[in-house]
Amino acid sequence: MHRFANPMRFVRLAAAIQPWTAGVTLILLALGLYFGLFDSPADYQQGESVRIMYVHVPSAWLAMAAYSTMAFASGVGLVWKHPLADLIAKAASPIGAAFTFVCLVTGSLWGKPMWGTWWAWDARLTSMLILFFLYLGHMALLNAFDDPTRGTKAAGILALAGFVNIPIIKFSVDWWNTLHQPASVSKVGMPTIDPSMLLPLMLMGVAFTTFFVTVLLIRVRSEILAAKVRAIRLNQIHSAPGAISGELVGESPR
Amino acid sequence: MTRKQRRLYFVLLGMLALGAATALVLTAINDTLVYFYTPADIQAKHVGPNRRFRLGGLVEKGSVVKKGETVDFKVTDLTASLAVTYTGVLPDLFREGQGVVAEGKLDGQGMFHASEVLAKHDEKYMPKEVSDALKKSGQWREENASK
Repeated sequence: MHRFANPMRFVRLAAAIQPWTAGVTLILLALGLYFGLFDSPADYQQGESVRIMYVHVPSAWLAMAAYSTMAFASGVGLVWKHPLADLIAKAASPIGAAFTFVCLVTGSLWGKPMWGTWWAWDARLTSMLILFFLYLGHMALLNAFDDPTRGTKAAGILALAGFVNIPIIKFSVDWWNTLHQPASVSKVGMPTIDPSMLLPLMLMGVAFTTFFVTVLLIRVRSEILAAKVRAIRLNQIHSAPGAISGELVGESPR
Repeated sequence: MTRKQRRLYFVLLGMLALGAATALVLTAINDTLVYFYTPADIQAKHVGPNRRFRLGGLVEKGSVVKKGETVDFKVTDLTASLAVTYTGVLPDLFREGQGVVAEGKLDGQGMFHASEVLAKHDEKYMPKEVSDALKKSGQWREENASK
């Protein structure tokens, strides 16, 4: 575990993995969109509106997966003080917020023609909105302190505390009466979704996952490299003649 | 115990305590978290007239009567049912045997006057040919179709 936790080794590893995950994303997204939008049947009740599901449901999955990633990384960062874990948590929250936003918007667009309303304050929709605010709070807390390590700590605690919301989102449709329908794919026994519709959904689900991994790797890499650039700049300032400190440091300029 | 272990136990204990507290709160306010009540709930709770609430269930088969803009129907949860009257535009998915959520209040005669009617979709996704084939072969189970 610690072997991969070395930042520079992570950068090299990420650079090697990234083209593959990006390639898989492109191929599966193209396939999933083709099957989802053109080569799959309309629903017996919803008609063509069912196609919104192929974007809505994977967004919801990844919104929760990104949050779990963020909470886990924050926990590792808080307990073992590992800078890489903190960077992963920082990199995950804007991506997760974007997934949550897409999920809320597409759900609303589906809700109007199907339910007859853009929004309902039922347990599923409300807990998903809370997830969006948790992401926003996480991003705000990270930048709320002059000392970045304090921001990381506060945001990490928020991420861990907010994790109680994840099981609530998942099981809200089973625990309470909601307007939102219960789970179709992860149902005990057979999924209540026809194979011809499950195929594009699964393709999109995997594509969204590899997309998340790709963007996460890019963001973590650029954070590491930015930190390295900062360190080099600081070094130059301190070692330059007539630096801020006003005295020459006994080091030859690089 | 090292400091790392101490921090680990602190985080785990904190998560456990927070989880337990959330579970207790959610159980305590369970009644306000449900989006709608079923007709059986209404009977059990003896809800009086002029209290706004949401009623949910299935539109009873053969109960829909349209009189111009006004539509009368019954909402059932297969144990109890309640008569509903509503004036306005119904959502596209409103049909007999399908789920529905209506907001409104009871009058003195036990009739539910809805001011808003929403369709509730079930978790079934299938092409029309499949649902037709299932109905034809007698494999279609209504209680599964509209839960």
